[in-house]
Amino acid sequence: MIPEFGHYALILALCVAIIQGVLPLLGAHQGRREWILLARPAAQSVFLLLAIAFFNLGWSFYTNDFSVLYVAEHSNSQMPLIYRLGAVWGGHEGSLLLWVFLLSTWTFLVAQLSKSLDEFMVARVIGVLGLVLTGLLLFVLLTSNPFERLLPAAQDGRSLNPLLQDPGLVFHPPMLYMGYVGFSVAFAFAIASLLSGRLDAAWARWSRPWATAAWVFLTLGIALGSWWAYYELGWGGWWFWDPVENASFIPWLVGTALLHSLAVTEKRGGFKSWTVLLAITAFSLSLLGTFLVRSGVLTSVHAFATDPKRGIFILIFLVLVVGSSLTLYAWRAPKSTLGGKFSLTSRETFILLGNVFLVVSAASVLLGTLYPLLIDALHLGKISVGPPYFNSVFVPIMVPLLVLMGIGPWTSWKNSDLLAVIKRLWIAALAAVIAAVLIPFVMGEFTWLSSLGFLLAFWVIASGVMQIIRQAKIGKATRSFMGMQCAHFGITVFVIGVTMVGAYQEEKDVRMLAGESVTVGGYQIQLQGVSAVPGPNYKAMQGTFLLSRNGTLEATMYPEKRSYFSSTMPMTEAAINVGLTRDIYVSLGEELDDKAWAVRVYYKPFVDWIWAGCLLMGLGGVLAMSDKRYRMKLRKAAV
Amino acid sequence: MKAKFLIPLLLFMVLVGFLAVGLNRDPQEIPSPLVGKQAPAFELPQLADPKKNFSPESMKGQPWILNVWASWCVACREEHPVLVELGKLQVAPIIGLDYKDKREDAMTMLALQGNPYLLSAFDANGRVGIDYGVYGVPETYVIDKAGVIRFKHIGPITMAVLNQKILPLLGELK
Repeated sequence: MIPEFGHYALILALCVAIIQGVLPLLGAHQGRREWILLARPAAQSVFLLLAIAFFNLGWSFYTNDFSVLYVAEHSNSQMPLIYRLGAVWGGHEGSLLLWVFLLSTWTFLVAQLSKSLDEFMVARVIGVLGLVLTGLLLFVLLTSNPFERLLPAAQDGRSLNPLLQDPGLVFHPPMLYMGYVGFSVAFAFAIASLLSGRLDAAWARWSRPWATAAWVFLTLGIALGSWWAYYELGWGGWWFWDPVENASFIPWLVGTALLHSLAVTEKRGGFKSWTVLLAITAFSLSLLGTFLVRSGVLTSVHAFATDPKRGIFILIFLVLVVGSSLTLYAWRAPKSTLGGKFSLTSRETFILLGNVFLVVSAASVLLGTLYPLLIDALHLGKISVGPPYFNSVFVPIMVPLLVLMGIGPWTSWKNSDLLAVIKRLWIAALAAVIAAVLIPFVMGEFTWLSSLGFLLAFWVIASGVMQIIRQAKIGKATRSFMGMQCAHFGITVFVIGVTMVGAYQEEKDVRMLAGESVTVGGYQIQLQGVSAVPGPNYKAMQGTFLLSRNGTLEATMYPEKRSYFSSTMPMTEAAINVGLTRDIYVSLGEELDDKAWAVRVYYKPFVDWIWAGCLLMGLGGVLAMSDKRYRMKLRKAAV
Repeated sequence: MKAKFLIPLLLFMVLVGFLAVGLNRDPQEIPSPLVGKQAPAFELPQLADPKKNFSPESMKGQPWILNVWASWCVACREEHPVLVELGKLQVAPIIGLDYKDKREDAMTMLALQGNPYLLSAFDANGRVGIDYGVYGVPETYVIDKAGVIRFKHIGPITMAVLNQKILPLLGELK
């Protein structure tokens, strides 16, 4: 009965979502207060109903109810409990349920935290979210019902793809989806303000913390995914420009542009129509990402079930949501007023420039991702676009962006004395040049590319440090200022990590017998032996390696090669010795003849800085959101 | 309504057009003009030993499989274990076409993940790939005794494709 309850809750949620999507919007349009007041209770009920549905699916996994098709396909009784629960979103149907559940969670939060906002605005925002929710719930119920029964029930389940049986699965999708879906709130605020014709600074003030929260989740979600790929897939890379990775990265780039543009709209009333467009675009790209992943129009390592019926449904949904939003935009945005005037040397100009670079980079990634599809649709053949395209197009756009990041925060709104700023920044420039020369020298090899990476990173760091000192002196180091600096430092830490790994990583593939050793990056790795070890739902060959440096033992490492009972494919479980300035990565390959093993070892300097940088970015977002001055302003504006 | 505010909508409409067309085309399975035709001839150095050459001519008289792969290709790694399984079955020789790759990277991948190939031809600049109309890596061709391409699969071969298409076809061709 439990799955039926879940199914029933899902259907009820659809009914209430329709009410949530229609009545408050009509009420706000016609000024009918009783309909406006429906918005909050409707949002709360949908949240409750979807929580029940979600919990029931989780229960079916927990109790190994293999009469539910989705459970039978993605779980089996031997799987550890944590992965059985993670498997709730390990497949298509469940991950969509997660999507709608999180959307209703965001809506619920809006309903709870908007007590001080104008009732009309709240009704419109919740109404727009209700419409989006309705479309997605229809999608779930009509094409991807997770509660479908399998009669007679299966003896045991088919199990989850071994690649997904990892703690990464438990955290990565919810985090990523929180970000994806979170842009729906900024989107709903934008649509609500277009509908009301009140495209003003207050709107930006309201949506800013929501957009920041979504951005934080997306940042952390992408970072988790990248880290997961790094340690689980056993290839030692951290980003593959896979279509699905890109699908999450493109909204991130646009979302980053949105955060900056929102600042201008809030503080100066400028860029209104541009900010609205970014808010619409960020969410549209999240939907497009869902379409790309779920419809199977692109081949990808992530492509799960592909079913053209689903693709058509999402495409129609996409057309309705994005098409109507952009039509509304074309109709209403021209009426928005211009903000305060600003000169070429103002902060507005720098943010605009940064925005242009971010949007261009997002467009170039989008083009690369869709290019195979475009070429195919034009009957020009089929091609695949690989990392070389993305690296050669994307990286150069980031160079001017980092240069701007060192100057932009120094400028003031409206107009600033750029000459004075540049005069002050010579110290930062000097520090950057010294770092650019010195670090490659210390690392033992000079390459222009790595030197450029350090130059840019230290340029931003030095400029940031100088600015923090200045702001602290005059007592103006507010949380939102520190949040901005923290996020920018995150970028530099990330850039340092990428540069170090790109230029100085060492990789060796060797054939090893027990007792033999190999040297990478000044470390000796010795194979002790390989033995068979059992796992809960797999058996593994486990290697024992001694990691030492200059004769002192630092760690013992145990890479595994697993064969899951449910799958024919062996899985590589690399062993990673993590350090602040380097990772040592050992993965066990095939058993060769006469007891020798193929072994791959990596020395990856500063690789963890890549994810540490992302963490700092996320932390910066959290700091900015928690700014007291900012929250007081929010309340004042709402009265 | 100012025209410039319509630009986003127009761009989106163009995108939707492409997506709609793309949806009706399966990226995995496209009828190839090559199916039913003679496999294009070529002569390439072998991966393991650049001094030796390989030409499809030498495979005449038995059905064989041509698999286009590369060490940089993520999907190929996914496919690799399936190929290793297929290799163990010994139903037909598998020839690799290592596409736009670096020799040492390719050798490494085979050493680490197992080598299902009788041998691999090394197509450094992708010239042969063009003759075969390679859309993306991996791709797999089944070629019969007379050197005619009988089947082409784009994207990684899964166990299902192997069991339902490739193995029955090889059975027929024997």
